[in-house]
Amino acid sequence: MSECAASASNVNANEKMASLLKEAENLKAKLEEERQKLNDVNLSNIAERLEQIAFVNIKPRKVLKGHQAKVLCTDWSPDKRHIISSSQDGRLIIWDAFTTNKEHAVTMPTTWIMACAYAPSGNYVACGGLDNKVTVYPITSDEEMAAKKRTVGTHTSYMSCCIYPNSDQQILTGSGDSTCALWDVESGQLLQSFHGHSGDVMAIDLAPNETGNTFVSGSCDRMAFIWDMRSGHVVQSFEGHQSDVNSVKFHPCGDAIATGSDDSSCRLYDMRADREVAVFAKESIIFGVNSVDFSVSGRLLFAGYNDYTVNLWDTLKSERVCLLYGHENKVSCVQVSPDGTALSTGSWDYTIRVWA
Amino acid sequence: MPVAPPNGNNNAPAMAPATATATATATATGTADAAATAASAAATVAESGQQLDSANANSSSSSNSEAISTAVTSCSANVTNAAAVPVVSSNSSNSASSSSASSNSNNCTATVAAATPPPSSKTVSIRDATAPSGSGASASKSSGLLSVGSNHHHHHHHSSQSQSQSQSPSAQSQPPAAPSVPQQPPHHQRGSKNEDAPNILVYKKMEAIIEKMQAESGGVAVRTVKAFMSKVPSVFTGADLVAWILKNFDVEDVTEALHFAHLLSSHGYIFPIDDHALTVKNDGTFYRFQTPYFWPSNCWEPENTDYAVYLCKRTMQNKTRLELADYEAENLAKLQKMFSRKWEFIFMQAESQSKVAKKRDKLERKVLDSQERAFWDVHRPMPGCVNTTEIDIKKAYRRGGSSHGTGSAGASVAKNPVEQLTRIIALRKQKLERRTIKVSKAAEALVAYYDQYNEFDYFLTSPELPNPWQTDSTEMWDTEKNSKDVPVRRVKRWAFSLRELLNDAIGRDQFTKFLEKEYSGENLKFWESVQEMKALPQSEIKEAIQKIWQEFLAPDAPCPVNVDSKSVELAREAVNSPNGPNRWCFDVAASHVYHLMKSDSYSRYLRSEMYKDYVNCSRKKVKSIPNLFGVKR
Repeated sequence: MSECAASASNVNANEKMASLLKEAENLKAKLEEERQKLNDVNLSNIAERLEQIAFVNIKPRKVLKGHQAKVLCTDWSPDKRHIISSSQDGRLIIWDAFTTNKEHAVTMPTTWIMACAYAPSGNYVACGGLDNKVTVYPITSDEEMAAKKRTVGTHTSYMSCCIYPNSDQQILTGSGDSTCALWDVESGQLLQSFHGHSGDVMAIDLAPNETGNTFVSGSCDRMAFIWDMRSGHVVQSFEGHQSDVNSVKFHPCGDAIATGSDDSSCRLYDMRADREVAVFAKESIIFGVNSVDFSVSGRLLFAGYNDYTVNLWDTLKSERVCLLYGHENKVSCVQVSPDGTALSTGSWDYTIRVWA
Repeated sequence: MPVAPPNGNNNAPAMAPATATATATATATGTADAAATAASAAATVAESGQQLDSANANSSSSSNSEAISTAVTSCSANVTNAAAVPVVSSNSSNSASSSSASSNSNNCTATVAAATPPPSSKTVSIRDATAPSGSGASASKSSGLLSVGSNHHHHHHHSSQSQSQSQSPSAQSQPPAAPSVPQQPPHHQRGSKNEDAPNILVYKKMEAIIEKMQAESGGVAVRTVKAFMSKVPSVFTGADLVAWILKNFDVEDVTEALHFAHLLSSHGYIFPIDDHALTVKNDGTFYRFQTPYFWPSNCWEPENTDYAVYLCKRTMQNKTRLELADYEAENLAKLQKMFSRKWEFIFMQAESQSKVAKKRDKLERKVLDSQERAFWDVHRPMPGCVNTTEIDIKKAYRRGGSSHGTGSAGASVAKNPVEQLTRIIALRKQKLERRTIKVSKAAEALVAYYDQYNEFDYFLTSPELPNPWQTDSTEMWDTEKNSKDVPVRRVKRWAFSLRELLNDAIGRDQFTKFLEKEYSGENLKFWESVQEMKALPQSEIKEAIQKIWQEFLAPDAPCPVNVDSKSVELAREAVNSPNGPNRWCFDVAASHVYHLMKSDSYSRYLRSEMYKDYVNCSRKKVKSIPNLFGVKR
């Protein structure tokens, strides 16, 4: 290619970029204008009629010690009392959180097991991380677990999150390769892949509706997407965060999602209004949010921060209710137990705590 | 440069290999190609001649601990790679050679403070004996990784840089002014910054606060305290600091203010003048501001040689305040062993620095010494203290450059701004087309949901039976398993929505019985069969689909469901699709049936004697609770 032609194509490319940028900006402005028309009132105004949450009965109840490095992920068993945890020490531990006993410990062939999940039956666990893979272990004896493990899927970068979508037979994963994927456990077949994010996918959550066909993902591209599992398409998108979205969770009603970000805020997006309806932030909170989860009624949002604390937000009044101190390093994961009786928190301080 | 993490050193010149950064470690360790390439680039790395077979890269994890201990005892160079070896895009391997040989132990891949040894230099990697190990030898909290990059050409040290700081604790009521720019910019000791990186984001916020604290008016009062026979320059008390935070920030109470102060300290912005533990007490203890030169936002990733020089220097200054703590003495001994061949060089460095230091003004020295100590307390924390410079490996993976700061291996979109923009445009268009409701409507719905579920929220309402976690009694769980006594609250939930009813095994059972009585059981059966089919392994899907078709939808189905012809047609097409039917082929029909049940049978069930009887039956067992059946979902 001659120099002249090269520079011409450069000019063309620049022009194209400029016009695309302009179009994107125009659309944004138009969108804001449209949404503003329906933005008749704030959520916190509507919530004024509710009484302030004066007191939340929550205290540290259990401390699970046994990991020898940062705890990166935990998941409650469907039986409401067991917890599985994965750690940077390359181990997967299954705890009876109620008695704090370790029931199983499996060593993975990789360190940095970033994600782990219980199957709905409680008979299997899936996990993975820096190995880019999602591996399934049956829950039996320690030796058998290691012997009977099976790799189900492989991404082209680390696997950051995984969940079973209402069946032991499928696993949904999110990855640093910016995609999500739905795998058939038995065959390892890729049932559907989800392309659309332009940054690492950090978190996914399944919609709590009767069909279980939608899920949400949060990414380092600062966006949260709602996906249709059947088509593999984005059906809704939410922007607003100023940095990586580290965590996403469906409101128990299934019509809203909460996000946690490195911009040190949590946000509430309503899917019916198709917009952000609340921001949970404070001047004195300057560290990023790693993980969020709702209480049963959706009124409380638990958020684990890099400042070692867990903040409880009143999602309706957009106020902080209280702070949970106890962890001595970053809080990497928080999760409300399946029956809503307790909150588990995992931290870089090697421990998992149960609060109730 | 794909491998370069936020802190990764993008412009690492070959001449100054000490550049290699810990974040690069994290990255390089995580990437097979990178590690392998780096390893081959540094084929002669090992002093002991030990060589990493790149083919073994993936399998070396199990032997890591062993290899490490060998390294410790024999002081031999050792290139191990962390167990994690993801696939990398091809371009990452290009940069790998300029990145570094990754020598790391399996647990410490993201110890940012640890320097990665450069290629073509002698590398020694040992893991601190107290570091956690996969084999479970020790459970100490120290994540101390002494990963040492040694290089004979390397003669640049923080401490020598700090000598070039010409500032003095002027006026003594002022915090130390910003040091003059070091004559030689410490390029090769800092990772390049990615302003968007999450850790930089937090540093910037903390620095804005520190600047406010240091403001002439309205800041924290810094003074020089006269003590017996001596002066303590440029200090403030913990109590003053906490009071300032309480006054200037929206913190709730002293606990939160103290926690906030502790974070500022553990990140090295303020430090106790004579304690290695970077924390803050709300009393008369003295603290000092760190000079901006040493702020963590400068992405220091100091080398162990620097640390050795620093510790060595401390032993030369016979001042009690400079005496080595036990753990420092241990570290020094380890380093001395490790660097035995070049110890003379380290010693000379330390000596010359010490000489320069002695010429300084006494008070200035006090301040500089303490700042240097605090710097090392951040980067080589005392055992039991958190190393705040460690970053999440997922974040370390992100490449610098793009404003959206994205992209691990597969994110090809991120590299193509045009495609990225096109996507954003498409999403925004999609959003514009969407029909939405008013915020007030959505807000009312969220509040209504809370109203309905409030009494089921264990964090807000006390439950009928004691919370097992609070009382250590499993009564609640035991009762749940016993289908004879279904608590009234649980039965009440069935009235909230069909989903609630079906989610409860007993509720579903009741509803099934009700439908059978109404001779409309096939709807629920069909819906359940579809849900069950969707949960099957792929290998069984085809058969299950045929079965459902035959049973419920086919013209001569024995158990026909009441679905509109359009849904049936859609299902027929899907079932006979040339690509084979997929698990979602009955979704439209199933959701049609679901809505039918919801609007028809479900509401009849709620009004039925059957449901009322069930509620009354459970109410008898538990004391009456106000009826909420009127609440609509």
